[in-house]
Amino acid sequence: MSWDEILQCTGIIARYLVPTLKIFGFTLIFSIPLGMVVALLKMCKFKPVSWLVNVYILIMRGTPLMLQIITIYYAIPMMKVSDSAFLQNLFAGVDIKSESYQFNALIVAFALNYAAYFAEIFRGGIESIPKGQYEAAAALGMTKTQTFFRIILPQVVKRIVPASSNEVITLVKDTSLASAIAYAEIFRKAKEQMITYSNLTPLFIAGLFYFVMNAVLTVLFTAIEKKLDYYK
Amino acid sequence: MAILEVRNLSKSFDGFEVLKDISFDVEKGEVVAIIGPSGSGKSTLLRCINQLEKAGGGTVKVCGMDLIADYKNGKPVYSPAETLRAIRLKIGLVFQNFNLFPHMSVMKNITEAPVCVLKKSRQEAEKTAAALLEKMGLSQKANAYPCELSGGQQQRVSIARALALNPELLFFDEPTSALDPELTGEILKVIKELAKEKMTMVIVTHEMAFARDVADHVIFMDGGVIVEEGTPEQVFGETKNERTKQFLQRYNNDYK
Repeated sequence: MSWDEILQCTGIIARYLVPTLKIFGFTLIFSIPLGMVVALLKMCKFKPVSWLVNVYILIMRGTPLMLQIITIYYAIPMMKVSDSAFLQNLFAGVDIKSESYQFNALIVAFALNYAAYFAEIFRGGIESIPKGQYEAAAALGMTKTQTFFRIILPQVVKRIVPASSNEVITLVKDTSLASAIAYAEIFRKAKEQMITYSNLTPLFIAGLFYFVMNAVLTVLFTAIEKKLDYYK
Repeated sequence: MAILEVRNLSKSFDGFEVLKDISFDVEKGEVVAIIGPSGSGKSTLLRCINQLEKAGGGTVKVCGMDLIADYKNGKPVYSPAETLRAIRLKIGLVFQNFNLFPHMSVMKNITEAPVCVLKKSRQEAEKTAAALLEKMGLSQKANAYPCELSGGQQQRVSIARALALNPELLFFDEPTSALDPELTGEILKVIKELAKEKMTMVIVTHEMAFARDVADHVIFMDGGVIVEEGTPEQVFGETKNERTKQFLQRYNNDYK
């Protein structure tokens, strides 16, 4: 490839940074709170609930994300409930070819999958807080909610930053799985260019984009860890 | 009227009785020391009164309020949440391993409960905390984090934290067991000061000389029962009880 072609190619791929970042951002926005809820449900003392959550986590972590994306993408239009106005609305009329339907199906799959991973990280974090912290808060007359939000959660955040940074960095790379349902993002565009030029350089360019995004995230997470390092 | 009345308190863990038929009173301004071998139920006793463990039977009255309202099919029914909360606020608890909140400064550790539980203004809470820190000799450490303090300093902060809620009664659950002898002295000095101010205290301790020195009343527990109780002179000096004698003798031998 000539320099001109490389530059042109980079421009085309760069334009699809936005869809990639959209998958990344929306997945985090939905999967982090959902993961918190799943973690709390898993620790629920009512056995059937924690059992059900276990099955959910087992499936989400036990099968490939690509399989989940394709399943959800095709399954929603096949479901009877897809006739409901709510889902019609949510999935843009369930037009399988529309970009907004593609995107919504992707976010559902990504959020459900990443919530399972985040849930396990959160649960590990919550369970690592010594019992004495709960007892001290209780002895001081704090309610369960106060104890959770003022005493436990801030300490959990510090403990889960390293594990979460792993997940977030993996997510950047996993956005490329969206190409499995022909959603236009960096990876799919790079593959198209690769075929057009019969050259691997476009893939290398896409790789650089992922690399730079993760380099930025790594710096960010290192800064967060440092900021939280004011106590042991 | 006694500030704390415990009658026939019992508690089992998986069928194993850790407390059997415990009864005692604590009067206002009194310092009670509870001594006895490990596993004799001393800590469990404090924890049952402070609702960290559920009692199996008996009654507990704190400042005239009943912890257990009723019995149904032989199982205790606890008082309404409001009463339980009120009881909790009457009792301050100091733990063996301090249990300070590591993510909060010393000042925040002390002011957190007054602000979010008693709804005091931050300003007022900080004023009280500053006075307590001065009393504990820790004025310089208000902005430090627990990990920057020695064990003795941490325990003094935890005493200040308990006192900040202005409790009627202070429980110490082996407050010096995690400390070396030098730091132990620091804490014992603080407790002695509090005793001078007529703070009502119940202290579970393995420091026999200290118990003898500071307590008005000594309770010796073994195997979940109160084996003997009385003034320090009665228990330490002239006990007729074989088990007490044996226990104290071992202590004296170990520490000679």
